[in-house]
Amino acid sequence: MSNSKNSDKIILEAKNLEAWFGDFQAVKGINVQYTERTITAIIGPSGCGKSTYLRCLNRIHEEIEGTRVSGEVLLEGKNIYDKKIDVVDVRKRIGMVFQKPNPFPSLSILDNVVIGLRLQGITKRSTLMEVAESCLKKAALWDEVKDKLNSLGTSLSGGQQQRLCIARALAINPPVLLMDEPTSALDPIATAKIEELMDEIKRDYTVIIVTHNMQQAARISDYTSFFVYGKMIEHGLSSDIFTNPREKQTEDYISGRFG
Amino acid sequence: MNFNYRLYRAIKNRLFTILIVLSAVVVLGPLFMVIKYVFVQGASSLNLSFFTELPKPVGEIGGGMKHAILGTIYIVLLGALIAVPIGVTCGVYLNEFRKSKLSKTLRLTVDLMSGIPSIVIGIFAYLMVVVPLKSFSALAGGVALSIIMLPIIVKTSEEILKLVPDHIREAGLALGLPRWKVILFIILKGSVSNLLTGIILAISRAAGETAPLLFTAFGNMYLSFNMREPMATLPVQIYTYAISPFKDWQRQAWAGAFVLMVLILTLNLFARFVLTKIKDKKGY
Ligand SMILES: Nc1ncnc2c1ncn2[C@@H]1O[C@H](COP(=O)(O)OP(=O)(O)OP(=O)(O)O)[C@@H](O)[C@H]1O
Ligand SMILES: [Mg+2]
Repeated sequence: MSNSKNSDKIILEAKNLEAWFGDFQAVKGINVQYTERTITAIIGPSGCGKSTYLRCLNRIHEEIEGTRVSGEVLLEGKNIYDKKIDVVDVRKRIGMVFQKPNPFPSLSILDNVVIGLRLQGITKRSTLMEVAESCLKKAALWDEVKDKLNSLGTSLSGGQQQRLCIARALAINPPVLLMDEPTSALDPIATAKIEELMDEIKRDYTVIIVTHNMQQAARISDYTSFFVYGKMIEHGLSSDIFTNPREKQTEDYISGRFG
Repeated sequence: MNFNYRLYRAIKNRLFTILIVLSAVVVLGPLFMVIKYVFVQGASSLNLSFFTELPKPVGEIGGGMKHAILGTIYIVLLGALIAVPIGVTCGVYLNEFRKSKLSKTLRLTVDLMSGIPSIVIGIFAYLMVVVPLKSFSALAGGVALSIIMLPIIVKTSEEILKLVPDHIREAGLALGLPRWKVILFIILKGSVSNLLTGIILAISRAAGETAPLLFTAFGNMYLSFNMREPMATLPVQIYTYAISPFKDWQRQAWAGAFVLMVLILTLNLFARFVLTKIKDKKGY
């Protein structure tokens, strides 16, 4: 993808970020800056802490009992782990699509998409319908569900559920969007549509996406981070990482000799 | 040798099957006998006026238990009105703060509560409500029944909420929703039919209690919907009539027992079958 940036404003920054599950340290000393309106791909072998790192960026990691985070995450210069910061506000501005699809079981497809807005007090039906339609279209799900918006969200297939979760995250309209392997359960057509979507939303959003698909990372991202054992081994322009990595480990991983 | 061994196994197998069937019969037998006996005795004593009329003065034949049927519904609902909000809130708290000190204390308290004999709960309600208000009252009966329902409701709501997978909660929080909204509008809402099942089972448990009502709601012979006055209930009315020397009253006690049993069985079956049907389609 193009590396042209509309601005060089840093929207999100991790400073010496570390995360634990009990005594086990899953994320180690991450320092990185994310420029506004760019896509960053995170790649690395399974179990290296990509999901955990992502979940630290919107303070969901701390929801698991016995976990701990240290270091800072700055959203527009303010540390989201600061005691004075309202965690609800942070999560409103940093959306997330989880690795496993997790639609709300008791809600319809429509309600799954608009529940965030509705519980924020937006109840006008026409507004909610508009948001639902546009978000479901962006998530490449509209055509498949437009005739059964009132069926349960869980009645969809795994891949459809994942796209529903993407639509749900988009409905909140967060400036930063974290996506944990959003296309791992999708067929090539839906994957292409999601990639198209990311290219489009990049005009307004900053996206950090975990993926195991090297081609995808190379195709859609401006920057790429490579993780191994909780450490960020390399971070840079995707065009550099995929053609001319600095680290031997990165090169081995990309060329399939590692992980 | 081989043949003998197989025969030995076949006999052992048959023996255990018989034992299992036998223990099932021992368990189910008395239940069916009670149901059948109450049914035979009760149904034959039942007529329309039992539901529509009030008791006749002593000596006159006829009359019914309309006041006690409505009284039981009134007091049980009153008890539920007190116990459900408190019980569900405690269940939510126990589930959300599983390891806190207060949770441990609360859990222990609830366990102890469910072991308190119902007559003691009656005495407690007598001291807490009847004595200060200087009168037996439906309110006191409601309080007593709510104490019986409370531990059941707390336990079941905690268990039900435990079933909700963590990733659902995370999904809600990640949308930037405050925790209380996630609990109320996503987790509890998805568990409504489960919670209802638990609540109905608690209600049906309390509906049959006699001891805690004896010196709280006390009972009377006329129709009353005044919370601060004594009120008749089926169990107490059955008790009063059953130990009376009058044949007609004893007959009515059987009818009352039958109605109470059908009421409770229906509630139970409704909770178990109808609500679980809904749950299978929706919720966790
Ligand atoms: N709930 C948990 N409790 C304890 N350890 C955990 C938990 N979740 C993850 N871990 C550990 O933390 C490490 C990082 O896990 P994480 O899920 O972040 O990996 P990942 O890079 O996302 O892997 P994948 O590519 O397979 O999704 C792993 O070693 C894992 O075993
Ligand atoms: Mg992962």
